[in-house]
Amino acid sequence: MDAQLLTYTFVGLSFLLYIGIAVWSRVASTKEFYVAGGGVHPVVNGMATAADWMSAASFISMAGIIAFSGYDGSVYLMGWTGGYVLLALLLAPYLRKYGKFTVPEFIGDRYYSDAARFVAVLCLIFISFTYVAGQMRGVGIVFSRFLEVDIDLGVVIGMGIVFLYAVLGGMKGITYTQVAQYCVLIFAYTVPAIFISLLITGNPVPQLGLGATVADGSGLSVLEKLDSALVDLGFTAYTDGSKSVIDVFAITAALMVGTAGLPHVIVRFFTVPKASDARTSAGWALVFIALLYTTAPAVGAFARLNFIQEVNETPYAETPEWFKNWENLGLVAWRDKNGDGKVQYRPGPPFAGAPAFDDTARGENGERLLSNGTTDTGNEVYVDRDIMVLANPEIAQLPAWVIALVAAGGLAAALSTAAGLLLVISSAVSHDLLKKSFMPDISDRQELRAARIAAAIAILVAGYMGIHPPGFVAQVVAFAFGLAAASLFPAIMMGIFSKRMNKQGAMAGMLAGLVFTLVYIAWFKFVAPEDNVAANWLFGISPEGIGMVGMFINFGIAALVARFTAPPPESVQALVEDIRVPSGAAAASDH
Amino acid sequence: MTDLNARPDGQGPTGQSITAEQRRAYWRANLSLLGKLLAIWFIVSFGFGILLEDWLNGFSLFGFKLGFWFAQQGSIYVFVALIFIYARRMRRLDRQFGVED
Repeated sequence: MDAQLLTYTFVGLSFLLYIGIAVWSRVASTKEFYVAGGGVHPVVNGMATAADWMSAASFISMAGIIAFSGYDGSVYLMGWTGGYVLLALLLAPYLRKYGKFTVPEFIGDRYYSDAARFVAVLCLIFISFTYVAGQMRGVGIVFSRFLEVDIDLGVVIGMGIVFLYAVLGGMKGITYTQVAQYCVLIFAYTVPAIFISLLITGNPVPQLGLGATVADGSGLSVLEKLDSALVDLGFTAYTDGSKSVIDVFAITAALMVGTAGLPHVIVRFFTVPKASDARTSAGWALVFIALLYTTAPAVGAFARLNFIQEVNETPYAETPEWFKNWENLGLVAWRDKNGDGKVQYRPGPPFAGAPAFDDTARGENGERLLSNGTTDTGNEVYVDRDIMVLANPEIAQLPAWVIALVAAGGLAAALSTAAGLLLVISSAVSHDLLKKSFMPDISDRQELRAARIAAAIAILVAGYMGIHPPGFVAQVVAFAFGLAAASLFPAIMMGIFSKRMNKQGAMAGMLAGLVFTLVYIAWFKFVAPEDNVAANWLFGISPEGIGMVGMFINFGIAALVARFTAPPPESVQALVEDIRVPSGAAAASDH
Repeated sequence: MTDLNARPDGQGPTGQSITAEQRRAYWRANLSLLGKLLAIWFIVSFGFGILLEDWLNGFSLFGFKLGFWFAQQGSIYVFVALIFIYARRMRRLDRQFGVED
């Protein structure tokens, strides 16, 4: 079978599996829809959390980002895993003990305020839609690259699949499809990584291969070889970063705290039976995440080394097959600036802007011609960093079925995250806005119907944003983490750890953190993007890391305001006492 | 730790059955465990992986520069261990105070 047919088969089979689970896990009550009945085994929930958390960005982009930024890529590795320690130690068990359905519900009850609940709903919807637009786009891109389907049609197919299992099965359907999706994506990620590690170092374990000796007789380790090759070409060494220490610190902190504050991750821990299960479940989630996150830096380093060795100073006609394949897809481009017919890979942009291909003719070496303006760097080659994971099977000359597997894995990563996000959006609307605020008298059946309608509408909006991506999607990813770090995380944490924290303090803190972070990011990303350089940043912290400062502002303002206002009522203090102790939490309570 | 085994006879494992005094002792023990584990969390990531990265890169481990290893591998392994240590120690603490769920 050819690669195309195999890819259709693999993707088709995985979709059949997801649909089968959707039909099997139809739900009949809001408790099943919101928290899967609260009876999910901690290990199963850990696996579902890992798929929920690892998005198209983790699967497709992260290794490529690390490959091209070396040490600087560590912010994602530490930031997107360290947050689980905060989640397990500071939030998850207490929120599970509290035993309700949504994050805004906790904030509304703990701060005895509908306004606080409303602010939390707004943060949640903004964070989740920012995130989900990227996932839908990711689904479309995987379809177009591997199945030669139009991107828009790919988005529509993805919407259809998510619609089936999210609307029919709610959290229950999502949980079990996420487990299946985790298995597909981790298999698809590690198989090519193992083969590439074997190819380059002879060691089958990528995590060890990264430190092993290159199997070319040079006696150098992978990282030594990479460092020296890059320095020879004029790049900074792979193991040295180019970001300042303070910025790396702040970005890592913002990503960690933001991760712990993301609603679609937190609600996964509402589905386990007990508070103590929430602790172990977070541990399992991180085990499953770490499998991919410790493999990614190895994949990144191997891919960069392989790229330099196979492409740099190679005559265009002799470049590997994958180089030309990806050039045909527009993700690699080459302009022979010095006319020697060879590909020179150097620092700096090869030409001005993203490649604009001129398809009326081919160059004298057979390359696609470009109409971009020229630059005065020695670099001749443009590479989209996303191809590093997608091209891995071709680079390692693996059989066609592995390529098919990677396509199914990328789709699994994007769909599982999209579904988790859509569920928290729909439950915030049907539960926090309708049931808790505007229509408290609706029955459970009516609320369930409202939840399904909200999920369907959220899918349509997400699909629309995937087909017509607002130009700022890539720009606003920093928003999601920054806002979660500066608004939701401190409010939830103080709600558990400070009995004295009251409505006024929490509201003032959330608003101050939110406004500060929003304004800072918006200023450097949209209002004055030309000023977005280290010299203008507050304390040298980039917009990606400013959520850390926003978090401190939130904590500080909240503590100050709470000091001078009345303490929370007795009943709320008793609630805090109660969630601090695991016993007495049976099933997630109905209302 | 003080008299943590003081679980009065006949009292079942429910939150209501422990005294306010025991509740405070349980919470203090939890906070002290949290503090220790979060200190390790901070040291391996922000400490070894970022602030001391340059200095640690002078040492090597299995072919890695040590600081780089902590930033891209080691800290993640320690994070996993920290969560399981917390879960286990807390289970023991819950039992000692009779507050298991």
